[in-house]
Amino acid sequence: MATTWLSWPVIKQITGADKLARGHAARSEWTEELSARTTTADSVAKSVCPYCAVGCGQKVFVKDDEVIQIEGDPDSPVSRGRLCPKGSASKNLVTSPLRQSTVRYRPAYATEWQDLELGTAMEMIADRVLKTRRDTWQDLDDQGRKLRRTMGIASLGGATLDNEENYLIKKLFTAMGAIQIENQARI
Amino acid sequence: MAEAHPVGFQWVMEAKKRGARIIHVDPRFTRTSALADTHVPLRVGTDIAFLGGVINYVLEHGLDFRDYVVAYTNAANIIGEQYVDTDDLDGLFSGFDPETKTYDTSSWQYDSADPAGDGAAHPPRDETLQHPRCVYQILKRHFSRYTPEMVEQTCGVSRDDFLDVCRSVAQSSGRERTTALVYSVGWTQHSVGVQYIRTGAILQLLLGNMGRPGGGIMALRGHASIQGSTDIPTLFNLLPGYLPMPSAQEHPDLEAWIEAVHKPGSKGFWGAADAYAVNLLKAYWGEHATAENDYCFDYLPRINGDHGTYRSVLDMIDGKVKGYFLLGQNPAVGSAHGRAQRLGMANLDWLVVRDLYEIESATFWKNSPEVETGEIVPEECATEVFLMPAASHVEKEGTFTQTSRMLQWREKALDPKGDCRSELWFFYHLGRILRDRLAESTDERDRPLLDLTWDYPLHGKRGDEPSAEAVLMEINGYEVESGRPLSSFTEMRADGSTLGGCWIYTGVYADGVNQAARRTPRDEQSWVAPEWGWAWPANRRILYNRASADRDGRPWSERKAYVWWDEETREWTGHDVPDFQKTKPPSFQPEAGSDGADALSGDDAFIMQGDGKGALFVPQGLIDGPLPTHYEPVESPFRNPVNGQQANPTRKDYVRADNRMNPSPPEPHSDVFPIVFTTSRLTEHHTAGGMSRFQAYLSELQPEMFVEVSPALAAERGLEHMGWCTVVSGRAAIEGRVLITERLRPLRVEDRIVHQIWLPYHWGRSGLVTGDSTNDLLGITLDPNVLIQESKVGTCDILPGRRPTGPALLEFVARYRRRAGIADESAPAKGSQR
Repeated sequence: MATTWLSWPVIKQITGADKLARGHAARSEWTEELSARTTTADSVAKSVCPYCAVGCGQKVFVKDDEVIQIEGDPDSPVSRGRLCPKGSASKNLVTSPLRQSTVRYRPAYATEWQDLELGTAMEMIADRVLKTRRDTWQDLDDQGRKLRRTMGIASLGGATLDNEENYLIKKLFTAMGAIQIENQARI
Repeated sequence: MAEAHPVGFQWVMEAKKRGARIIHVDPRFTRTSALADTHVPLRVGTDIAFLGGVINYVLEHGLDFRDYVVAYTNAANIIGEQYVDTDDLDGLFSGFDPETKTYDTSSWQYDSADPAGDGAAHPPRDETLQHPRCVYQILKRHFSRYTPEMVEQTCGVSRDDFLDVCRSVAQSSGRERTTALVYSVGWTQHSVGVQYIRTGAILQLLLGNMGRPGGGIMALRGHASIQGSTDIPTLFNLLPGYLPMPSAQEHPDLEAWIEAVHKPGSKGFWGAADAYAVNLLKAYWGEHATAENDYCFDYLPRINGDHGTYRSVLDMIDGKVKGYFLLGQNPAVGSAHGRAQRLGMANLDWLVVRDLYEIESATFWKNSPEVETGEIVPEECATEVFLMPAASHVEKEGTFTQTSRMLQWREKALDPKGDCRSELWFFYHLGRILRDRLAESTDERDRPLLDLTWDYPLHGKRGDEPSAEAVLMEINGYEVESGRPLSSFTEMRADGSTLGGCWIYTGVYADGVNQAARRTPRDEQSWVAPEWGWAWPANRRILYNRASADRDGRPWSERKAYVWWDEETREWTGHDVPDFQKTKPPSFQPEAGSDGADALSGDDAFIMQGDGKGALFVPQGLIDGPLPTHYEPVESPFRNPVNGQQANPTRKDYVRADNRMNPSPPEPHSDVFPIVFTTSRLTEHHTAGGMSRFQAYLSELQPEMFVEVSPALAAERGLEHMGWCTVVSGRAAIEGRVLITERLRPLRVEDRIVHQIWLPYHWGRSGLVTGDSTNDLLGITLDPNVLIQESKVGTCDILPGRRPTGPALLEFVARYRRRAGIADESAPAKGSQR
């Protein structure tokens, strides 16, 4: 819009349909030129809110490899585009500067965290799983019945994870003989 | 619901707009109460007495939906002569062994002496419901003690308020109307949690509200895929699709394991248990699983008792569990008895925490309350901790299963940054490394790992992310030979020619299409919205929907038509996928000796039940009784007004010095902890806070731990609004800000006033806003059926002012324990007589 005196709010109020200046007449040029950041996103992913189990639809807007907005998906028959305070804050969940992005390691008796390479951490965890499994293995119970398990390893978690992830977790732990595998459904 | 599931609550508001009456039964007045037509406060822990009263009202006045009850429930089934009810045994059912605190359930079975019957699947029936031992008559007698007077005495709900609810529920059920029962999973967090839900199920069956639109029992679950992690369980006692983990005693071989699920001679879809089981074993061990080796059944580890999370935590304290994985869960704040959780972690060899943030469970060694009291000394704590950053929900693709059993696929928006990785990545690569390390092993115990099918295609920017679609395809199942995806679990074969990792999810990849990714907009499809995501089983949106039609297959009413039999096309049809064999007519009678799904009659709507009927009375499957009866919470200021038996006699106790429960009558000193507390969520926070206390907006909205009390209690105890208070139990003392409101009302119970308080449980020592953790107040006592803790009710004392700090805090709690008579460090050998 050209910047002339004709765009003054009072002129628009007198000459236009918005006599009370509660809508268009009161809008500044600056406001007119604003556009939602969602309109310039590089991509939009169809997602689902990660908090409770209602399963509200989310649209995740990405630009330059950063999440720039998360909104309710109006197409969803579950949520009709709505999100609650937590769902509305989920951009903050994924983009917060407090988010942990590197591996942290606390050795025995240490009073502070240390840095650790991801690959090294994976190898160290594998070492500990194998050692604990070996040290605590049970082949048979006291009546000679098969157990083939370790009681030295436990796990808790899964209710915030994907079905595919839970499937692999249960499959791997079962194959290694770890049975104390639990999640929030027990709590 | 408005508080913890706000967006789901919009549908309650829609119903209200169309004339539905909304009744909210809750000790607290919440955002839900504010929008409901009626709020009924009751004493915490008395839900069975309350709903038992509603059931009694329905039965006494003959208001049950009789045609439905006769056709689809086990009301007509006749129970054996040996059965004795709680009335005659002062709160116990027949078969109780006081030594082991368990029931022999043989006296709860259908009458096998009656020649009219033929096994558990075909019990003798009296459809006039007059036989004195038919379920209907037993129910009538059992619930007759829950009179309006008893409800008033027990629950603190006035007769008028109570009868108003009864009338409303009964009037809103029948051919033309249905009533929906909605609970949040705090209902499960009681020592009688399963029986709470059973009471709701009995009421909904009697009123004909199951399997029908606008009816049902809706469990509002609290995590994005907690339903999925139950279906594809990360739970000790289950394998995918609700197959049991094999037990050392009960399942010596494949056949015994399958028979335990199938129960030969039973009706229903567990009849194909052999196919479900073999398909899972084939999915796990592929070509190595053959008929000759029982499909590698012996590769499965065995359970032999309680291996639940609380048992494991106590075993950490006792040094038996050495290594622990925490996957997006924060038990230092979120589990009962926080001190036990943290002391357990401090006694591990190693702990792996996978999370988005530096949660309390990763930092217990440096900032837990026990560091303050000196119980954990960082320089002496040997636990190695790995904090592995996780990918968020937008940085990976996969499915969540929401609370209505619907799977929704999430697209990946972008790759995770830094060291952040999905669990799919973590567990795939951990498995790969373990298998590499053991590759040369000849030890038989390593065969299950080495023979495991673990060859998922990798993709993504780094080229090392396992394909979630490939995993979902394995979960769905396919023909081994051709790779053709299965469209239904009925295509599964028990001969090794098909495989599938979770039979109830078969169909999610029907026709090779990821059905969970479907996103037909809501206004471009019917109100049932079958083309949005995919619901198990078979994309059915309402379970047991055969019951939405009458015995002859006609809708109960035009208004409530949902699924019906089409005489012309000779098949079931309607708005949803019929939950019945599609071409089996309503008049169908099975041949004698048939089994499984073939044995279902045309009116056996409850197709997963061994007798095809909805269970008002449960002969098999429950540990604490075939019917619900009121027991007091384990911690209660009151004697049980209904039964001589005080608390659930079969509850799971862990009697040990570090887990003493507060005394309750008839034990002495229950007056030391005279106040009842309950715990709850706030809209602005999420469970243990790992996904909300690190968020700026949410922390600003709910910045501080508080304790809500009534004006009467505040006056009695000298509590000041916005001032500090200390809440103390036999386990811990915590502090919070005082919130005085009339939303909590003292109730008159057994002719005296009981004060109730409530506390949110979201806070801990980390994050943008910090505070004491409510779950520290709790001891560990579990429901015997499902081993879930009683965390929605306990007793406490409340004082003005802040709690002591440092070692003085321990002494403060110890003083209470001594006064309450629970200070003895050597716990009694056998628990209490309660």
